[in-house]
Amino acid sequence: MKLLTHNMLTSHVKGVTKGYPLLIKATEVKVNEVEFNPEFVSRMIPKLEWSALVQAAEGLGHLHELPAELTPDYEKNEEFLKKAHRVLLEVEVIEGCLQCPESGREFPISRGIPNMLLNEDEV
Amino acid sequence: MKLKELESCLQQVDVFEEPKLLLEQYPTSPHIAACMLYTIHNTFDDLEGKLVADLGCGCGVLSIGAAMLDAGLCVGFDIDGDALQIFSRNTEEFEIANIDLVQCDLCSVDADVYAQKFDTVIMNPPFGTKHNQGIDMKFLRAALTMANKSVYSLHKTSTRQHIQKKANEWGVKMEVIAELRYDLPASYKFHKKKSVDIEVDFLQFSKT
Repeated sequence: MKLLTHNMLTSHVKGVTKGYPLLIKATEVKVNEVEFNPEFVSRMIPKLEWSALVQAAEGLGHLHELPAELTPDYEKNEEFLKKAHRVLLEVEVIEGCLQCPESGREFPISRGIPNMLLNEDEV
Repeated sequence: MKLKELESCLQQVDVFEEPKLLLEQYPTSPHIAACMLYTIHNTFDDLEGKLVADLGCGCGVLSIGAAMLDAGLCVGFDIDGDALQIFSRNTEEFEIANIDLVQCDLCSVDADVYAQKFDTVIMNPPFGTKHNQGIDMKFLRAALTMANKSVYSLHKTSTRQHIQKKANEWGVKMEVIAELRYDLPASYKFHKKKSVDIEVDFLQFSKT
């Protein structure tokens, strides 16, 4: 699970009103090289919850000097876009779980795949 | 990348070991997948540098093709963990890095949380036969919520009028890009013939 994907995931457990952002509890994290596409990264940034991204990266120990506040004129700042690229696309959680901030329900991550399926009584 | 090259790469993608009847797990043939993706890429430029979702991705033939055509990231969604494990092995074998997978139930998850997060949604949804009536429309509804621009999907030609009516209701433009013959090999015991051709539409939905 990449952090770009994590940035979009929410817990849907019945009764939960704010299932975002999910807390990552990782036991294995990898950094996989992905081709850098500055145009793609800068187009993704306005769609992100920036604070959730920074919090997730920090929790994994993979902040890679990403600033807590979004840099102004980031589209033109290649150095910044490279850091964002690394955190969004190259850092991957392989094993661990995601925890719903409200209910505490844990969603397992196994072989890089988060399992967001709910039991019948949670829907 | 040429169409032939893409198709021959996609022939290397492993498919379902034991397809599940209830989930209507029919693989998308490498030929159909390659033609779809090639058109989406060359005619509509909806893959390169885009955030793409593949709904009901199964073993990942569409996602892997989209990733090869330089999608910024392609996220595959499927309910079936076994299919996703095969998908994951496929991405390792192809050494593809711009892919991510999520196991979830698209019919129960509120697609609103992904509203317009993706540029493009591609899918070969369950056709909604057998025990799953209406599931094709649930997938389409979810896809249209998640996409910010376009959805590309395969549907039985016999449902075209119904889908067109729904598309009008939802205020999206529907275009039939191609009429295909979908060769379903006899994957299940209830199939008496060796294979059966069904008529399938390759549809594009655009949001304005």
